[in-house]
Amino acid sequence: MSGPRRPTDPSGLERYYVLTGGRSGPGGSASSLDVATLIISRAAAVPGLQHEHEEILRRCRDPLSVAELGAHLGLPFNILAVLLADLLDAGRIEARDPIPASDAGRGPDLALLEEVLSGLERL
Amino acid sequence: MDLKGFDHPGRHTAGGTVPTGARSVKVMIAGGFGTGKTTMVRSVSDIKPLTTEETLTQASADVDNLIGVADKQETTVSLDFGKIGINEQLVLYLFGTPGQERFWFLWNGLFKGALGAVVLVDTRRLASSFRAIEEMERQNVPFVIALNVFPDSKEHPIEEIRDALDISPHTPVVACDARDRESSRDVLIALIRHLKDRSAVALESR
Repeated sequence: MSGPRRPTDPSGLERYYVLTGGRSGPGGSASSLDVATLIISRAAAVPGLQHEHEEILRRCRDPLSVAELGAHLGLPFNILAVLLADLLDAGRIEARDPIPASDAGRGPDLALLEEVLSGLERL
Repeated sequence: MDLKGFDHPGRHTAGGTVPTGARSVKVMIAGGFGTGKTTMVRSVSDIKPLTTEETLTQASADVDNLIGVADKQETTVSLDFGKIGINEQLVLYLFGTPGQERFWFLWNGLFKGALGAVVLVDTRRLASSFRAIEEMERQNVPFVIALNVFPDSKEHPIEEIRDALDISPHTPVVACDARDRESSRDVLIALIRHLKDRSAVALESR
């Protein structure tokens, strides 16, 4: 394909390819990311960051789930995970996985369930 | 940490803002197509429900055989989700599972890390939730059955429905109106109580 690319066409696979530099999925630090993982900025945005990275840092000043970030940025999970991996590796964000449901067949912590229960009862 | 330049729009969870030290828990809302999953997420969420997309490449031949999908294409599935501020330090995320059967191969990943699930059942079409119940049992995800009462639903004794669904006597069955916030909240309360009972039993048997 020749001729200048239109930067005004941000949709579809081409956009994702550009955003991620062609990487298809995260490895290492971001491989455990869940839709309910909370992302928290650990650094302010600095000039020169990729726009999406900057956007993530800005939105995650207060913790935000990966699912919410994906919805706000209009990015599917696997693309967003690549971007989050970059920021994690650079120490710019912290990722806090959801509290695990069970370890070795034992149910979740009773104190946690009590906490959830009293929260729901207050609704 | 220098917070200069950071604005903090409130420390409470009511506005959908999560405090810095917070943790999350995850609950899934499952059930057949059209049983009211999105409706329940919407009625009980603190925020306007959002949709997030997961792009998947179907990779496993075994899975393809299982669900009878012949072509290998990229599929985008949407998850509707909402959240509930439990307290200053804890936020509960609710995810509605994709209703279409062809996406059920995804469920292994979806349910990882979930506390448990609500399986919504439309009593006019019990069979539409059979597959969801089977998946919960196969993956050992604790769940409650919520009978979503539609305006033209007939009254069925819960025991009759329990028999028809062929579920364990330990699995709670509750009736609800997924459109109603309190009713949906009560379903979540039933789920958490069930999880507590299971945990207590597991502790005793050790």
